[in-house]
Amino acid sequence: MVELWFGIVALTVTLYVLLDGYDLGAGALHLLVAKSDRERREVLASIGPYWDGNEVWLIATGGLLYVAFPKVLGSALSGFYLAMMLVLWTLILRGLALEFRSHLEAPLWRQAGDVVFGTASAALVVVLGAAIGNLVRGVPIDRDGWFALTLFTDFRTSGEVGILDWYTVLSGLFTLVALSAHGAAYLCHKTSGPVQERARRIGRPLAAAVAALWLAVTLATFKVSPDFLATIPQRPFAWMSALVALGGLLLLNLDLRSGRDGRAFLGSNLFLGGLLAATAAGLFPVLLRSNGDPALSLTAYGSATAASSLRIAFAWWVIAFPLAVLYYVVVARLHRGKVQVPSEGEGY
Amino acid sequence: MTTDATDPLLWHRLQFAFTIIYHYLFPQLTMGLALLIAIMKGLGLRRGGSGAAWNEAARFWIRIFGLNFAVGVVTGIPMEFQFGTNWARFATYAGGVIGQTLAMEGMFAFFLESSFLAILVWGERRVGRVGHFLASLALFVGAWISGYFIICTNSFMQHPVGHAVGADGRLHLVDFFAFLFNPWAIAAYLHTMLGAVVTGSFVVTAVGALYVLTGRFRDAAERFLRLGVIAGLAASLLVAFPTGDHQAKLVARHQPAALAAMEGRFESGPMAEITVIGQPDVAAKKMDNPIAVPGILSFLAHGAFTAEVHGLDEFPQEDWPDNIELLYYVFHIMVGLGTIFIVLTGVAALLLWRGRLFRSRAALWTLMLAAPFPYIANTAGWMSAELGRQPWLVYGLFRTKDGASPMVHAGSTIFTLIGFCGLYLVIGLAFLFLVGREIAHGPEGRHG
Repeated sequence: MVELWFGIVALTVTLYVLLDGYDLGAGALHLLVAKSDRERREVLASIGPYWDGNEVWLIATGGLLYVAFPKVLGSALSGFYLAMMLVLWTLILRGLALEFRSHLEAPLWRQAGDVVFGTASAALVVVLGAAIGNLVRGVPIDRDGWFALTLFTDFRTSGEVGILDWYTVLSGLFTLVALSAHGAAYLCHKTSGPVQERARRIGRPLAAAVAALWLAVTLATFKVSPDFLATIPQRPFAWMSALVALGGLLLLNLDLRSGRDGRAFLGSNLFLGGLLAATAAGLFPVLLRSNGDPALSLTAYGSATAASSLRIAFAWWVIAFPLAVLYYVVVARLHRGKVQVPSEGEGY
Repeated sequence: MTTDATDPLLWHRLQFAFTIIYHYLFPQLTMGLALLIAIMKGLGLRRGGSGAAWNEAARFWIRIFGLNFAVGVVTGIPMEFQFGTNWARFATYAGGVIGQTLAMEGMFAFFLESSFLAILVWGERRVGRVGHFLASLALFVGAWISGYFIICTNSFMQHPVGHAVGADGRLHLVDFFAFLFNPWAIAAYLHTMLGAVVTGSFVVTAVGALYVLTGRFRDAAERFLRLGVIAGLAASLLVAFPTGDHQAKLVARHQPAALAAMEGRFESGPMAEITVIGQPDVAAKKMDNPIAVPGILSFLAHGAFTAEVHGLDEFPQEDWPDNIELLYYVFHIMVGLGTIFIVLTGVAALLLWRGRLFRSRAALWTLMLAAPFPYIANTAGWMSAELGRQPWLVYGLFRTKDGASPMVHAGSTIFTLIGFCGLYLVIGLAFLFLVGREIAHGPEGRHG
């Protein structure tokens, strides 16, 4: 049951990154790919029906972590207290910029909305990457399972570390580039005309940069967290996921060049999904790594809630999960094909 | 309650209280409006001009709903995450139980709501009349399921059932259905949802009154007023009886110390009087300047005028709610406003029935200015529930002072509390501005 719940939490995080990833990525590119108000509304309309539902996977991650591994939720969120609050505020600003922007026709109001939406999206992606970097590098967990981290110290990965150091910043940068490429592939798939052209022009070098940065992050991980990387070849699911990621990355690069946008977006999904699956499989059973004594790491076994609670939660999860997927399919079918820019006063 | 500013507990409590009170200004309207919009869409299925007019009305309220929903969503995210950031010890203790309903809310309600709101806002042309009505129904279901999971979470904290305390000292969930159908949850849910319908009806009524008073959108205004007044009267009656009454009896049975504090009752005894007005003097353990009616509290709490009602003197002071004065006043504000709502909507319904409502400027002015008061009543009601629960996080099991995060400094929490205040001020201004524009623009044209 504990293994199953580790898998469910990992699956929820992965779905969050894949789904909210494309609307965050499109947001990070928003100011670059769309210049006129009409173009910007095309970008917003392409993610409009989805972004809120996509973000629910983040809420679901929090909820599922709460019920299955409450100690991890408490320790991680309170340990990253100020960073977490900044994330919440950024999420609030991004959501409202998106929702409020098109209610007014005044150009300044809309530009303000676009700038807040674009920068908040990019910032969230960097922080998300830095968070994953922290999970791989580890945090200074004490004997009672708690920790507290400042935002940064001396940017080194040993000694007294901060949330941001050279490794987690690199990880944040990698995530920004990877999710921007993801967003670019999505925009190529859903938009047409100048927005699509710009997304393709930006997407191609981004996709190549993803490959370079992936290599850089992997080499850095050798230095920062060698034992984590060493587990990957030993676990078939982990290295097979890494291979899927590699295949996805190839698909993304080749198809963005040849203009097969749907396949490029699929490739991007395979890349991100494979990468997260490999990371989860490599970390298992650790949920929150200690950067000191490995025995202090919070593992799935050590922090799981009671078996009866896990069984009950699984019973309803089995019903809820397919429903959530079904709703997404319904919305996606209603809005399939290229996005139409809504008339003024309608939608975003 | 401690007065030491370096003790993070006070700041954690203030931050949670502030963010949840602010947050709940929005869902109470969306939950109430979701029902009214579904009714409008149902009436919109009629053939001919009336159906089209109801669809037009629904479209207007969907735009208001959308703005409310957006703010409700973004201010709701910090609520879930604060269990981890600010209340980590409590999360560790109770996550196996209350994490269930919090996670279920995301999985069962939020996906449903976000998907069908997308169809409601974006898809009217794609799904047709019946499809659009069904989407409004799905949104209503999603919003109301969401409410149930939150009430159920809170009800466990008020009246824990279905759990066991494990060898590790943490809570385990053993009986899922006892937990999910907690009698407290069912009572609190009906009471709270009706409170939300009161808010929704009063807002719809107020906009209708505004339009009649300003002589604009006469047809839509009369529809808003008819629907708002009738729904408002029904909800105002039901929120008091049977749901409010039932809720009070549960408090009397399971949280006698909370009831004693709400009513300012310091001494036990039969024939308990109800204090309509008065000031609790906690230091002297008595009520100052009371206007009291004997026997009524015994009857309300236990169904007999002679019944014994526990006073605070029966409980050790460490188990008293820690802010009796505030609890007493917010409870009385809720009850007082609830009574006024019944009178107000009753008179408005009478005028409507006699065909005089649309001509009575005094009544229209009153209805227009009444819109903020259900927000105050709902907030006061929640403050009664939460202050009454103190000093416990989980009633009788786990104290509030044991729940806060161990590693978060008071300075950090003061900083983030100020941050929330500033951010929410800006959000509130932008929200009021946009809603004001929608109301000024009115229900006609542009989106047809």
